[in-house]
Amino acid sequence: MSIGHTLLGLLESGPRHGYDLKRAFDAHFGHDRPLHYGQVYSTMSRLLKNGLVEVDAVEPGAGPERKRYAITDAGVTDVAQWLARPEKPEPYLQSTLYTKVVLALLTDRNAAEMLDTQRAEHLRLMRGLTERKRGGDFADQLICDHALFHLEADLRWLELTAARLDRLAETVRA
Amino acid sequence: MTPEGSLLSAEALHKAYGATPALDGAEFSVHPGEVVAVMGPSGSGKSTLLHCLAGIIRPDSGTVRYGPHDLTRLSDAQRSALRRSDFGFVFQFGQLVPELTALENVALPLRLNGAKRKEAERQAREWLERLEVDAVHGQRPGELSGGQGQRIAVARALVTRPRVIFADEPTGALDSLNGERVLTLLTDAARDTSAAVVLVTHESRVAAYSDREIVVRDGKVKDMLAGLI
Amino acid sequence: MNAIRRVRSGPAVWARDLAMGMRFAAGGGREGWIRTALTALGVALGVAVLLLGASVPSLTSAWHGREKARENLGQRHEPRPADHTLRYASADTVYRGAQIRGRLVRPDGAHPPVPPGIRRLPGPGRMLVSPALKELLESPEGKLLRDRLPYRVAGVIGDEGLLGPQELTYLARPSALRENAGYRIDHFGKAWDSPPMRTPVVLLVIMTCVALMMPVMVFIGTSLRIGNERREQRLAALRLVGADVRTTRRIASGEALFGSLLGLAGGAVLFLGGRQFASPITLWDVNVFPSDVAPGPLAAAAIAVLVPAAAVLVTLIAQRGITVEPLGIVRNRPVLRRRVLWRLALPALGAVLMLPAAGVPWTDTGLNTLRLAVGSMLLLFGVTALLPWLVDAVVGRLRGGPVPWQLAVRRLQLSSGPATRAVGGITVAVAGAIAVHMLMTGMQAGYAQAYARSGKLPQVGYWSGEDDWPRAQRALGALRATPGVTAARGVIDASAGRLPRHDASSGYDPSRHVSLAVGSCAELRRLAQLPSCRDGDVFVTHARGKGLAPGATVDLAPPAGMGPPPPPSPWKIPGTARTARVLAPPAQDAGPFVDTAYDLLATPAALPPSRLQNPLLELRIDFDRGTPDALEHLRNTAARIDPTLSEYSHLDNPHDQQLSSVRSGIFIGSVITLLLIGAGLIISTVEQLHERRRLLSTLDAFGTRRTTLSWSVLWGTAIPVALGLGLALGCGLALGALLLTLIDSAVVVDWPVVAGITGIGAGVILFVTALSLPPLWRMMRPDGLRTE
Repeated sequence: MSIGHTLLGLLESGPRHGYDLKRAFDAHFGHDRPLHYGQVYSTMSRLLKNGLVEVDAVEPGAGPERKRYAITDAGVTDVAQWLARPEKPEPYLQSTLYTKVVLALLTDRNAAEMLDTQRAEHLRLMRGLTERKRGGDFADQLICDHALFHLEADLRWLELTAARLDRLAETVRA
Repeated sequence: MTPEGSLLSAEALHKAYGATPALDGAEFSVHPGEVVAVMGPSGSGKSTLLHCLAGIIRPDSGTVRYGPHDLTRLSDAQRSALRRSDFGFVFQFGQLVPELTALENVALPLRLNGAKRKEAERQAREWLERLEVDAVHGQRPGELSGGQGQRIAVARALVTRPRVIFADEPTGALDSLNGERVLTLLTDAARDTSAAVVLVTHESRVAAYSDREIVVRDGKVKDMLAGLI
Repeated sequence: MNAIRRVRSGPAVWARDLAMGMRFAAGGGREGWIRTALTALGVALGVAVLLLGASVPSLTSAWHGREKARENLGQRHEPRPADHTLRYASADTVYRGAQIRGRLVRPDGAHPPVPPGIRRLPGPGRMLVSPALKELLESPEGKLLRDRLPYRVAGVIGDEGLLGPQELTYLARPSALRENAGYRIDHFGKAWDSPPMRTPVVLLVIMTCVALMMPVMVFIGTSLRIGNERREQRLAALRLVGADVRTTRRIASGEALFGSLLGLAGGAVLFLGGRQFASPITLWDVNVFPSDVAPGPLAAAAIAVLVPAAAVLVTLIAQRGITVEPLGIVRNRPVLRRRVLWRLALPALGAVLMLPAAGVPWTDTGLNTLRLAVGSMLLLFGVTALLPWLVDAVVGRLRGGPVPWQLAVRRLQLSSGPATRAVGGITVAVAGAIAVHMLMTGMQAGYAQAYARSGKLPQVGYWSGEDDWPRAQRALGALRATPGVTAARGVIDASAGRLPRHDASSGYDPSRHVSLAVGSCAELRRLAQLPSCRDGDVFVTHARGKGLAPGATVDLAPPAGMGPPPPPSPWKIPGTARTARVLAPPAQDAGPFVDTAYDLLATPAALPPSRLQNPLLELRIDFDRGTPDALEHLRNTAARIDPTLSEYSHLDNPHDQQLSSVRSGIFIGSVITLLLIGAGLIISTVEQLHERRRLLSTLDAFGTRRTTLSWSVLWGTAIPVALGLGLALGCGLALGALLLTLIDSAVVVDWPVVAGITGIGAGVILFVTALSLPPLWRMMRPDGLRTE
C-alpha cells in the first residue's frame, strides 16, 4: 500500500492540514492501524521534495503541524496513473485494492473501470498459470494451483466489490 | 464490432423476458480455435447470450452472424439443422438421455444427423476413448459418476466435429479435480479440431482455460481484451 | 441436552398426521388442486359404478315387489262371488312390436279389491292407463290401437302400480265380460317368488361389472400416483425437520384420503344424477324408476368406508417400496424379475373354473354364479398380470431402429411400469367388452335364427276358452273379413281319455290320452281328408296310432293330474264313425302350429263342445305381409271378438332391438373407458415429460427435430397399447367363446366389433400422443436450460 498516493488522493478534494490528513486517512483506511503523525510529516516532506504537493498556507503558531498542503498538477497526474495501473496480482493485495477503490470513489473516478482492469490482469495471470500447469510436472501443478486459488479469492473479492460499488460509494461519500 | 476472420459474431443483441431486459445491446465475436469465456454475475444474461449465439432462441433485435448466415433470420427448422451439424453443446447436468447407454448417448447427435447406427457408434466409441470413459460405454447415465457423465456429455458435443462448442457451466456440478480434467479434455479437443468454444462460467479458474474473456453485466458485454488495450 | 423422547403413535397422532396430509392435498396450489381433482374424479367414477352395482339387488327386488303387489294370477280355491271379489282377466296385446299389458276387471260387489297405484276401479266402459300408454294413445302413432281399446280413459295409473315409467299397461272394465273369462279373486298381491334371472342375463351382468370396474380401479390407481415426485420431495423435507418414517406414511395416507373423500362425495352426486337417466332405458322388458336405483344401506355404508380405506391402503402399499429419507427417496424395490409362471397360472385357473360348467347346462345357482364371476375375473386379472411380463419380454428383444423408436424402446426397457399399469386397464376393458359383445352377438344370432324360422310364415294363432260353435264360427267369419287376412282356420279342441280308467292312475296318463277336435265340416276338411261330411258325422283318424274304433267309449273328463280326478264323463263314438286321414302340415316349418294330429274329429251336432272339459278355440290366421298394418288390423278384429283372446305369434323379435341397444351401449361404454384410460396415460406422459424438461431442452439445443421426439412419444404409447390390445383380443375372444359354450350357443366372432374396438384403441394412442404434443413442445423450449 502506498501511503504517499493515498495522502495525495485525499488532497485532491482540497487543501488540508497535516492533522486533517491523518484524521481522513484513519477514517477511511486506518481501521486496524492508525497512521502516526510522524509518518504523515515524513511522507509530506517527500512529496514536497518531489513537487507533488505544495504548502498552501502556514497558520500562525509554532510547529510544522500548522502547515496546510495542496496537491499540484503533477500530483494529480501521479494519483491518476497509480489508480489506472493494475497492481501486480499477489497475495494480500486487498488493502491496496480497497484503498484504490475508495480513492477512485472519493475522487469521482470510474471505480468499476479500475476493478475491471484489475480483474483482467488477474485473469491474465491465472491463464498463464493454467497454461504452465497444463504443461508442467506434478510439483508445478501443485504450486500453480496454490497461486490460482489465491488469485481466485482476490478475483471473487473484485467481483463482489464491483457488484457493491454503489453501496460503497454511499458509505465513503457520506 | 465484427472482427476480421471471426467465425461467429453478434451485434446489438436485445432480448427481454417480459419487462426484464436480459440482453441490452450485447455484442460478441469468436475466432476459429479460440476459447472465449463468458463471465458475469448471476442473472446478467450470460446464458441468454449463449442461447442467442447458438440459435436456440431468437433475439428481439440484432444480428448473429455465422459464416454466410444471419441466425436471427433463419427459420426454426434451419437453425435446428445448423445446431445439429455445426454446433455442439455441454450443459451443467441433466443432459444425457437416462434410458440410453453412454455409447448411445454419444452416438445420438450423429444419428439425428442421419448417420447409420453402426457407423455412429463406431465414431462415438473413438470419442469415448479419447475422453477416457470407454470403459463405461455400456452403462446408463444413472450408473455413472458426475465426472464420467460430464465426459460423456463432452464426447457427445464433440462427436459431430462441430465448428463451435457451447458450454454452459460445464463443470458446475463437478469437484475441481474432475472439473479441470474435463476442461483440459474439452479445450484440447477443441483446439485439435480448431473448433471455437464459448464457455459460460462464473468461476475464474474455469475462465482461466480460455484465451480471452468477456464480462456480461446488465445485458451488456465488456470485452476485457479490448479494455486492456 | 434434551432427553430424546419417544413419540407414541396413538389415535391422536394418527389424526394429526392425516389432517396434515389433507391440508397438504388441499393447499398445494394450482398443481396440487389439479392432482387432487383428478384423484377425486377417478374415485368418483369408481364409486358411482360401485353404487350402481350395489343397486342391482334392491332394484330387482323393488321391481319384483311391485309386480307381486299388483298381480294375482288366480287363486287355488276360487272364492265365491261376494261383495269383495271381482272377475279378473288378462287382455295382453302387442302393438307394432311393443308389449301392452292389459287387465280386465268386473267387480262382483261394491267393495272389490284395488291394485296399487289406483284409487278406485274404473266405471263400465272406462279404463285407467299408464302415462306411457296414454301418450301412445294420444299420438297419431296410436291410431290403430285406439280402435283396439274401446274404453274411455278415466285416469292414469300411479307409479306404485307400474314396473317402470315406460311400461304400457291398462286396467279396463268392459261393459260386458264373459262369465268364463279369467278367474275370480278377492285380493291383489300374491306370494310367488320371481323366477331367477336367465343365464345369459346373469353372465352379462357379471361380465359388465367386471369389465367396468377394472379400468376404473386402474384409473384410481393412476390418479393416486399423480404428482408423486412432488409429494415425495415434500415428505423428504418433512423427514429433514424430524418426522419419522411412520409419520410420513400417515401424512401420505392423509393426502390420498382427502382426494378419495372428495371422490366419494363426487361419486354420490354422479350416481344420483346418473340414475335420472334410468327412466328411458329398457332392457329385457325391464324398465325402472330412478328411485328404484338405490343401493342397500349396508352396501352404501360399506362403499363409503371401503373406498377411502382402499385409497389409504394403496398409498401404504406404494410406500412400502420406498423409504423416505431426509435427503430424498430411497427406492428399495429390488429389480423385478418378471416370472411368467404365476402370471399364466391366473388366467389358466380362471379358464379351468369356467370350463367344467361348459359340459353341463348352466344353472343359476349361487355356487355357479360365484364360480363364473371368480373365473372371469381371474381371466381378466390374469391378463393385466401377464401384460407387464409380455411388455418386458417383447421390448427386451427389440434392438436398433430409428432414433425415435430407439428412445421409446429404451425407455420402456428401463421402466415400463407406468405405461403398462395404465394399459392394463385398456386390456381389461377391451377384453371384457369383446367377451360381452360376443355373448350378446351369440344370443342375438340365436334369437334371430329362431325367429327367422318361425317368422317366415305370416301366421298368428289365437286361443281362448270356448264352448259354443256358432260363436267360433262368427269369430272365423269376422277374421276372414279383415283386410289383409288370406286364410283363417279354427276348431275347438279338447282332451279325452280312454275308458276304463286305470285303477291305480289318478293322474294324467299320456298313453291313454286322446286329442279331439270339434268343428264344422269345412273346418274339419282343413285338417283331414274326409270322404264326405255332414253335421253329425264323426271321424276316427289313426294319426297317432291310438287304435280307437267306432263304438268305443271315451272319457270326456280325463284326469288332468291336479286335484282329485273328476268323475268320468263317458261318450260313445258312434258306430257310423268313419276313418279319415289327417293332412300333412301345410309346410315343413309350420312354426308353432304343428300339432294337427287329432285322434278324433267331430262335428258340433255329433259332439256339442259344451260337453267337453276345458274346450279351447284354436284359431290360425294367415295374413298378407304386403297389406299395411295387416297384423294390427287382425289384432283389432281379435280384440273385438274377445279382448281376452290370447295371441301367439313369433313375428316380432323383441330381442333384436334390445340387444342392439345394449350393444351400442357397451360400445359407448368401451369408448368412455378407453378415453378414461387415455386420460390417465396423458397424465402420466405429461408428468414424465415435466420431470425431464431439462433433458428435452438439451435435446432441442442439439437440434433434435420436434418430429423425432413426437414420434418417440407416439411409439412409447403405441408399443404397450398395441401389446395390450393384442393380449386383450386373445383373452376376450377366449372368454367370449367360453361364455358362449356356457349358454350352448354357437361361437361366432363379431369381427366388425373387434375391428371397431381395436380401432378405438388405436384412436386412444393418437389421442394421447396428440394431447401430449403441446406440453412436449413447451418443454422443449430453452427455459428448461436455466439453472436458476
